Amino acid sequence: MSETTKALDAQVAADAAAAEEARPSRLRQLVATPIMATLAFLAVLLLAFSILAPGKFGTTSNLTLLAQNVAILTVASVGTTFVIATAGIDLSIPSGIILGEVFAAQALMMISAGDGKAIDVPADQTRAGYVLAALAGALVAGLVIGAVNGVLVAYMRIPPMLATLGTLGAGLGVALLIRKGVNVATYALNPVATGTLIPGVPGLTNLVLIGLIVVVIGYVALHHSVFGRHTLAIGSSEEAARRVGLRVERHLLKVYVLGGLANGFAGFLSLAYFSTTSVGGHTTDNLQAITAVALGGTSLFGGVATILGTLIGVWIPAVLQNGFIIIGVNPYWQMIAVGIVLVLAVWSDQLRRRSQNRR
Amino acid sequence: MSESVGGQGVPALEARSIVKSFGTVRALRGASFQAYPGEVTALVGDNGAGKSTLIKVLSGVYSPDEGEVLVDGRPVSIPTPQAASALGIETVYQDLALAPDLDAASNVFLGRELRRFKVLHDQREMRKRTAASFAELGVGLVQDLRVPVASFSGGQRQSVAIARAAMWAEHVIIMDEPTAALGVIQTAKVLELIHSVRERGLAVVFISHNLPQVIEVADRIEVMRLGARVARFRRGEAGVERLIASISGAYANEEVAR
Repeated sequence: MSETTKALDAQVAADAAAAEEARPSRLRQLVATPIMATLAFLAVLLLAFSILAPGKFGTTSNLTLLAQNVAILTVASVGTTFVIATAGIDLSIPSGIILGEVFAAQALMMISAGDGKAIDVPADQTRAGYVLAALAGALVAGLVIGAVNGVLVAYMRIPPMLATLGTLGAGLGVALLIRKGVNVATYALNPVATGTLIPGVPGLTNLVLIGLIVVVIGYVALHHSVFGRHTLAIGSSEEAARRVGLRVERHLLKVYVLGGLANGFAGFLSLAYFSTTSVGGHTTDNLQAITAVALGGTSLFGGVATILGTLIGVWIPAVLQNGFIIIGVNPYWQMIAVGIVLVLAVWSDQLRRRSQNRR
Repeated sequence: MSESVGGQGVPALEARSIVKSFGTVRALRGASFQAYPGEVTALVGDNGAGKSTLIKVLSGVYSPDEGEVLVDGRPVSIPTPQAASALGIETVYQDLALAPDLDAASNVFLGRELRRFKVLHDQREMRKRTAASFAELGVGLVQDLRVPVASFSGGQRQSVAIARAAMWAEHVIIMDEPTAALGVIQTAKVLELIHSVRERGLAVVFISHNLPQVIEVADRIEVMRLGARVARFRRGEAGVERLIASISGAYANEEVAR
C-alpha cells in the first residue's frame, strides 16, 4: 500500500504543478471566455462606426433607434436561448410572433369601445384593459404553439428541427386563415412601445425597457434558477438528467412553452411598435434569433448557454446593418459579414470544446 | 455454514431468491445477495452470470418477477431508481452519468439543488458543501470546482460520481465496474475512495472482473453463476484460483435451489 500511496502522492504533486503552470492569469482567463470575445467585437464595431461616421452613428437618436429595432428580436432570442440550451431548436418563431400579433388584434376586435371596437381606438384614448386583453391574446397564441412544439419534441420524440418546421408552416397558415390574408392596423397599443414609463433617461422607451426586463428575467432564470440549471443539464446529457430523477419530458415541454410565450410576447410588442399585424412578415426572425444566440456563445449542442451573450449577439448584426447604411457601404455586405462572423463564432466554440475534452 | 461467511449484524441490503426473466431467458434463478454496513462486498461472476441484472433489481431499474429485497431487514419494493435513492441506495453507473458541461458541484447536487426563495439555486452553498465532502473523502481534484467536469480526467470524473453517491447514500452504494475504464494510478485513487466511503459505515457493493483487485479491496466476496449465488467468502478465504473455480462452476460452498 505504501508503494501505491507514494506513487499517488507523486502523481498528485505532478498534477498540481502541471495545473499551476497551465492556469492562465485572471485577465487572460476573462478574455478567453467566449462572451468577452464577442463583447469586444461589438465594442470594436461601435467604436469603428463612431469614428467612421462622426456625429451620425454615435448619436443618442441613432442608438435609440437601434435599441428599439433590436428589442423585439431580443425577446424572441432570450426565449430561444432556453430551447437551444436543451440542444433543441425553434424554427417556429415567425409563426409564434405572427400568431401573437393576430390573436392580440382579434382580442382587441372582440372588445367594444365607445361606438366602435378597441382596435380602432387612437393611441391617446387607449386603456389598460385593452392592452391587457391584447397581451392575453398574444400570450395564448404563444402558449398554444409552444405547447404543441413541446409535445411533439418531448413526448412524440420528433426531432426539434422538423417539429418546429411543421408548426412554422402550420402556424403561418392559421394566421393567414384567421386574417384571410389581410393585415389589420391598430394604434391602441402604441403607448406600450413608444411611451416612456421612466422619463428622463435618453433612449429608454417602453419597448427598450421591456426588452431589458426580459433580458434580466431570462438571465436570472437561466443562470440562477433551478429551472435553468435543469435546462442546461438536460442539454448537456439527457441520460444523466434522467438518472438523477429529473422529469426530462415535462421539463422540455416547459422550455418549449417558455419559448412560445416569448414569441407570442414578441408578437404583442411587434403589433404595438409597428401598429399593424404582419402576416407574411417576420419570415427570417427564426434565423436571426438563432444567429444571435449562436453568436453570443450558446452552444447548439446544448448544455452551454448565456443570456448576456444572446443580448450581444442580437446587437452585432443590427449594428453592422445600421453602420453600413450610415457610412454608405451597400447594406448587402451586412449579410456577408454576419455570415462570416457567425461561422467564426461557432468554429471557436468547437475549438474550445475540443480542447476541453481532449483528455 | 452460511453464518461463517455472512457479515456482522443485519444486512444493509439483502436480496432473497430473486427470479427475473426476459422472455425465455432466465437471467436470475433464485439469486440471493447480502451487503453489510461498513463492508465492501464484491460481486463477481462471468459475463451473463446475472450480476448486472441483480444490480439493476437492487437499484430500481428492473422489478423482480419473484423474490424479496430487504433494506435493513425490512422488505421493500424498489420500482424506480428514485425509490432506491429514497431508501438510501445510490448507484454509480459504468458510464458515469454526469452532465459534462456542468461543474462538479452542479453535478453533485443535480436534482437535489439547495434553493433560495424556492426557485433560485444556492450555488455558493452547494460549492462549499461539495468541497467539504470531497475533502472528507479525499477526492483530490486539482481543478477548481468551477470548471465543467468535461475537462476532468476519467478518474476524476469517476471520483465525482462516487463522491456524489457517497454524499447522498444513507445505506448502500452500488458500483458497476467503477475502475473498468481507468488507468493504474486513477484506479488506485478510486479504490482509496471506496475505502473512505466504507469507513463512513456505508455498505459498498461493487462489481469487478479484476480478481486481484477484488481480493485486495473486498471484505466479502459473493460469486454468481448462471443466475444464482454459488459461493461466498470472507476476506482472506479465497485466492484468485478459488475464485476462478467458483466462477467457472468447479467450486461451490452454497446450495443452489434450481
